[in-house]
Amino acid sequence: MKPGSNKKQKKDDTKQLGLQKTPSGISGLDEITGGGLPKGRPTLICGEAGSGKTMMSIEFIVRGAMLFDEPGVIMTFEEHSDELAVNVASLGFDLEKLQAEKKIKLDYVHISRTEIRETGEYDLDGLFIRLGYAIDSIKAKRVVLDTLENLFGGLKNKGIIRAELRRLFTWLKEKGVTAIITGERGDGKLTRYGLEEYVSDCVILLDHRVVNQISTRRLRIVKYRGSLHGTNEYPFLIDEDGIAVLPVTSLSLDKETTTDRISSGIPSVDEMLDGKGFFKGGSILISGTAGTGKTSIASTFADGVCKNNERCLFFAFEEPPQQIIRNMRSINVHLDNHIKAGLLKFCAARPTLYGLEMHLVAVHKEIQRFNPSVVVIDPITNFVSIGSIGEVKNMLIRLMDFLQNEQITVMFTSLTLNDPINDQTDEAISSLVDSWLLIKDIESNGERNRGMYVMKSRGMKHSNQIREFVISDNGLDLIDVYVGPDGILTGSAREAQIIQEETGAAIHSYSLNRKDREIKRKRQVLESKIASLHSEFESVEEELNKVYEEEELRKQILSKNRETMQSIRRGGNKNDESITQQNASKRK
Amino acid sequence: MPAKESEKWELRLYIAGHTEKSVTALNNLRRYCEEHLKGQYKIEVIDLLRQPQLAEGDQILATPTLVRKMPEPMRKIIGDLSNEEKVLVGLNIIPA
Repeated sequence: MKPGSNKKQKKDDTKQLGLQKTPSGISGLDEITGGGLPKGRPTLICGEAGSGKTMMSIEFIVRGAMLFDEPGVIMTFEEHSDELAVNVASLGFDLEKLQAEKKIKLDYVHISRTEIRETGEYDLDGLFIRLGYAIDSIKAKRVVLDTLENLFGGLKNKGIIRAELRRLFTWLKEKGVTAIITGERGDGKLTRYGLEEYVSDCVILLDHRVVNQISTRRLRIVKYRGSLHGTNEYPFLIDEDGIAVLPVTSLSLDKETTTDRISSGIPSVDEMLDGKGFFKGGSILISGTAGTGKTSIASTFADGVCKNNERCLFFAFEEPPQQIIRNMRSINVHLDNHIKAGLLKFCAARPTLYGLEMHLVAVHKEIQRFNPSVVVIDPITNFVSIGSIGEVKNMLIRLMDFLQNEQITVMFTSLTLNDPINDQTDEAISSLVDSWLLIKDIESNGERNRGMYVMKSRGMKHSNQIREFVISDNGLDLIDVYVGPDGILTGSAREAQIIQEETGAAIHSYSLNRKDREIKRKRQVLESKIASLHSEFESVEEELNKVYEEEELRKQILSKNRETMQSIRRGGNKNDESITQQNASKRK
Repeated sequence: MPAKESEKWELRLYIAGHTEKSVTALNNLRRYCEEHLKGQYKIEVIDLLRQPQLAEGDQILATPTLVRKMPEPMRKIIGDLSNEEKVLVGLNIIPA
């Protein structure tokens, strides 16, 4: 048969030339498909009602006409041309104008079972001719057949339709147009009537899921013959600028890095971070339990940035901006001045307002519009309420990727409760951030104090100290915590400890004085004792000396007497001995 | 029920080239009209291969397609018109 041989030939062509692709012009889709849809072949886009099939296919045509100078035919089996034009006008597509410029041709095929009766053999040559005529009249390169399956609803003879569809796809390939065929999703099948059997080159599945009352659109390339493609489910959204697919895997790690630093706005925090603060273009996570001053840190950071004449974008997902401004005034941070100067912008939205993807795109858009050097997101925790942790992580990865590419410093705050969900958010994002400051409550002695430490900070020497984080009228500051024998002391316990220590010192010095005096007194006592002993000794010595002197004296006197005696007796010394002897005997 | 004399039947047959189906359809149509609408009908054959721009106007997608332009409302019958009863009912020449 003709189709078979034709297909084979096409395949051989592909082998020789490599698969050529037609860029869709839809942001993100060309990244996922590696360049676009297969050129000159039909692509099937299937999905449930309201999943964005028509929007995507029309954007393909409009972008082709506007960006790539490829005229396109839209053959719709569902919506009337006028209705369609009105519907897509909301995306800023002016179909009327493009039609007038012969860049687009709309053809509405109306099929109604009630108007048509079938008798006998027929074929769909009428459709072929119509389409062929439309293609030739504007030299179209792109074709959209929006919900071709409506044929099945309008005509009874399914056998003929199937045969004709097969012929149609072959014919489209022969025409060399890049076609999109949309099909409604069926039970257990990609399309209700199994169109995927005929379109074998590229199949894209659109999905629209509502989780927790918040809807997210997703896109997946089910099949892309002869081409590498992203296989994940990619979230996408439709807004006033058309469709935007956000490819998760566009994340490239070859970003430029800088060694420039940016101050945290709190000198003592900078001190903990190598004395210089965070890296510019890095990501910072501030996490802590409720009421630990995360918003205050973020506001102080923003304040510091604005004081350096740089722009800061503040996404407030919890508090209204006016409230933040009022509250920050109490710690001497005046954000309203920066708003007036045009350096600071608040964007406030409840996370539940729309899905994660919308948030991501809203953030993207605001950033591109305001062109800030710093972005603050306060807090990221609430996103968990609108998506699973994995989804939130995905979103944050993409956001950080984007910010890093733009060299924008980002500060996230994250609320930690001691429940598993929030711990997980912290864990999920913590591996991605460059710096992570953690504020913990330190509860003791019937009061609660804040302790801050640097959990991690890539590429810099950072303090390992837990410091006490104090919020005062003059702003934020860190104080060394007291580490004593009783553990870590903060707040009034620290104050008490200091007082206690001062008292101790006073008592100590007092007792020292007393001891000194005691010693002095002892010395005095000893000295007086020594003095009395000394005098005692002197008197004893004197006594002894006296005896000795008496003896000596007596001796002298005796010898003197003897001499006198001798001289008396003989006038000389000859009889000295006899005299002595006489005296001795006398004494006996 | 035979059609009233005053009624003017305006029929249009869309074909895509002179295929077997289109020839069969045209022959069938002529035969039915001669039998039931003698003198009150007009058949216009449009070959879409020659006039493709006309396909859009009458919302033609299958060939052959017979369109009853008059009397109103417009009715369409697709196929080679081989089933006489269906064609006559479809054109409202005889009641269903």
